[in-house]
Amino acid sequence: MDYSNFLFLKEEISLIAVMVILLIYDLFGSKKSLNYFHPVACVLFLAHTLLNFFPVETSEAFGGMFINTPMGSIVKTILNVGTLIVLMQVNNWLNSESVIIRKGEFYFILFSTLLGMYFMISAGNFLMFFIGLETASIPMAVLSAYDKYKHESAEAGAKYILSAAFASGLSLYGISLLYGTAGTLYFADLPAHIDGSPLQIMAFIFFAVGLFFKISLVPFHLWTADVYQGAPTGVTAYFSVISKGAGAFVLMTILYKVFGNLIVEWQAICYALIILSITVANLFAIRQQNLKRFLAYSSISQAGYIMLGVISGNELGMTSLVYYILVYMVSNLAIFGVIGIIEHRTGKITINDYNGLYTTNPRLSFVMMLALFSLAGIPPFAGFFSKFFIFAAAAQEGFYVLVFIALLNTIISLYYYLLVVKAMFINKNDNPIETIRSDAYTRISLIACTVGVIAIGLISAIYDNLGTFSFGV
Amino acid sequence: MNFLSLFVLIPVLMLCGLFLAGNMKQIRWVCATGASLLLILSTVLTFMYLGERSAGNTEAMLFTANSVWYAPLNIHYSVGVDGISVAMLLLSSVIVFTGIFTSWKMEVLPKEFFMWFCLLSIGVFGFFISTDLFTMFMFYEIALIPMYLLIGVWGTGKKEYSAMKLTLMLMGGSAFLLLGILGIYFSSGATTMNILEIAQQHIPESLQRWFFPLTFIGFGVLGALFPFHTWSPDGHASAPTAVSMLHAGVLMKLGGYGCFRVAIFLMPEAAHELSWIFLLLTGISVVYGAYSAIVQTDLKYINAYSSVSHCGLVLFAILMFNQTAMTGAVMQMLSHGLMTALFFALIGMIYGRTHTRDIREMGGLMKIMPFLSVCYVIAGLASLGLPGLSGFVAEMTIFVGSFQNADTFHRVMTIIACTSIVITAVYILRVVGKLLYGAVVNEHHKELTDAVWYERFAVIVLIIAIAGIGLAPLWVSDMIHFSVASLWPF
Repeated sequence: MDYSNFLFLKEEISLIAVMVILLIYDLFGSKKSLNYFHPVACVLFLAHTLLNFFPVETSEAFGGMFINTPMGSIVKTILNVGTLIVLMQVNNWLNSESVIIRKGEFYFILFSTLLGMYFMISAGNFLMFFIGLETASIPMAVLSAYDKYKHESAEAGAKYILSAAFASGLSLYGISLLYGTAGTLYFADLPAHIDGSPLQIMAFIFFAVGLFFKISLVPFHLWTADVYQGAPTGVTAYFSVISKGAGAFVLMTILYKVFGNLIVEWQAICYALIILSITVANLFAIRQQNLKRFLAYSSISQAGYIMLGVISGNELGMTSLVYYILVYMVSNLAIFGVIGIIEHRTGKITINDYNGLYTTNPRLSFVMMLALFSLAGIPPFAGFFSKFFIFAAAAQEGFYVLVFIALLNTIISLYYYLLVVKAMFINKNDNPIETIRSDAYTRISLIACTVGVIAIGLISAIYDNLGTFSFGV
Repeated sequence: MNFLSLFVLIPVLMLCGLFLAGNMKQIRWVCATGASLLLILSTVLTFMYLGERSAGNTEAMLFTANSVWYAPLNIHYSVGVDGISVAMLLLSSVIVFTGIFTSWKMEVLPKEFFMWFCLLSIGVFGFFISTDLFTMFMFYEIALIPMYLLIGVWGTGKKEYSAMKLTLMLMGGSAFLLLGILGIYFSSGATTMNILEIAQQHIPESLQRWFFPLTFIGFGVLGALFPFHTWSPDGHASAPTAVSMLHAGVLMKLGGYGCFRVAIFLMPEAAHELSWIFLLLTGISVVYGAYSAIVQTDLKYINAYSSVSHCGLVLFAILMFNQTAMTGAVMQMLSHGLMTALFFALIGMIYGRTHTRDIREMGGLMKIMPFLSVCYVIAGLASLGLPGLSGFVAEMTIFVGSFQNADTFHRVMTIIACTSIVITAVYILRVVGKLLYGAVVNEHHKELTDAVWYERFAVIVLIIAIAGIGLAPLWVSDMIHFSVASLWPF
């Protein structure tokens, strides 16, 4: 075997190195030096992010099992940035009494899921893809059950592992059928064998369900609200942006690269799923009081919008999808940062609790409002641009009716995002949440997110750069 | 950098200045300076524009600048003005200027109020200088969202309901609009977002039939097109004074301007074909708005319905498809913007003293606050079209132009729309008689004081503008007519 192949796994190896260093540090570090565990972890991960910041060249390793693409490595960088922000936001919670004894493992498990996503993104073969999928899913269940003495958290973990196992099973079944009809599992060889026979279409549907589950599209979303509500807030943030972003990107690359011949079929499936996801999730979101459940439904509908990039099947769609993921990430993480710190300090999590937040915590409310506007697609914030581009991508292929339905849904979503803004700015409250002084980590992460929300849209270079690495069906 | 960008840059700087401002004095200083600069800038622009034209420059857009923003979608930041946008910029800066003076004594969260107000101005000015569909749409939306908080936090009455209704309806309109814009872009060959360049391409008529109604309704919602006008009375009635002024005075004009500049200019064939539907709807707006104003007892509701009627007239005139009526439409935008701002300013001042807007609870104000009352009469007379004030010029041009269409349908519609003048006279004179000249209803009102300096200043500026257009209409109507003729050479 040619060991130089490992050189192509630069990103993966550097992440594994971070993991191993942290694991050893956690095992052998003295009690005093462990006080610096969090900053060290952040710095190491930052170094890893910067080291792999620039996109790699297209390359293959292990006989096509593993394929590096520039776009894939950009997505990995986006995921890295998101993970770093999540990492900064969870510090408070990790130091709370019931969790601190398990603090060290958290980083290891978190990075394992990220590693799984790396392999998913770079897979060149369905087996590699499946290993990545499982590596990403199973530790997620551990993370959601991390507050194990909290009833909801344990429930979330159990729910997630059961439904994830079921979805993976379906996916694997699809892959095996695919192998039966095509005789190969390499992405590069498959397109020539995809002829649209009924069995292959069935194989495709089974396979895709696994990923639909991952990015929680209706009707595969039933786990979402409970898991989001039960899991620790930092983990929920990770679920809603990192896991979802990776899933959506991988789904798109596989649909484009492998199932390009079945474009008519998968466009029809996506069409239905988009309408269902956006509409159903929006209608449910209106009625939520718990902010984490609220964001769960909001994230399902956002996943529907992300799929608009997939359905277009063109270059613009790919660019817009990755851009959308980036924008969605900074906006959502800003909201989760605010919710996380407030929940940690006061235990308050319902929308009514946020009444009059502006009177006591003007900065937090301001950040949250900008992020909500960005999610709703209001200019000049980044969400407006990402929505516009993703609609443009779908409209380019003539999906005007679909775009129209999605646009009408943005009005519904604006309504419920405004409900939160209304609670913070307009509603009166005799007993508002007390003034919170957030710690430095949270503050840095919120500033980073706010800058992202404002700047990503106005600076066109990001979108243009993504455009140079995109491809269509 | 093109100097037109200053129209966006100044409000942005004001926003930053306000962010840093610590006390009321600094806030006022920032606002007054910024608004004065904008007013000076738009005056200078008007003179430069007229100078260029008299020097024989016949380009459709002057002072253009263009820089690529998002290359993959051919989105450019491109600016330029013609006579119509110059008139609108002038209007906007006058109203922003006076709006700031009417809220001179803002007490609740003044910093936030003016910040949102500046964001609103960014949207308005940006919209009028843009010649690119995307940036136009972006500025349009920037202008909409601050309304939610401006009404929700600083409004009166059932403000939360009104704010939500207004925001959702206007955003609903922009959903139509966005689809229309994407349709225009892709069906014109997906090579450019610039309005002037798209106009050179031909959009297939079968597609125009889809995208024209979408775009027209999208902008029409903001222009109070029946039956999408219902946000307007509630919204205007609940909004704080300066916001009502800016919203009725300028923001509703975005609708008319957009209908003209985007919907009709880019898709003339479909516009001709479908104009009858929209003529009926705008005809209803004009007459129904006026009738509704008669039965209202809340001063702001009266004025809001009167705005529906007058803004309906703008869209009505645009759909007449001849240069005279279209020139009248732009004149009407200008005139209505000024006089409705004056109305809302005065109503705000009266409300600030009497704490009621119900005309049944007030009377005899002429003796108590003569200055405000006289100004109210002037605004009323402008509204019902007294010669010498701006309303007369605008409405006269519109009806003369509309009647030039020789067919029965257009003439009947024109006659029906003309009746609104009479109805306007009824509701204006009724209010003036009851409110100003009747007996004093509430004894406590006798102790109220008349306007103070900043109120007088704002009101006088607006009256000068109204009388200016009314007495010397030709320079502005020539400026507008020239541009209308280049947009609509039929």
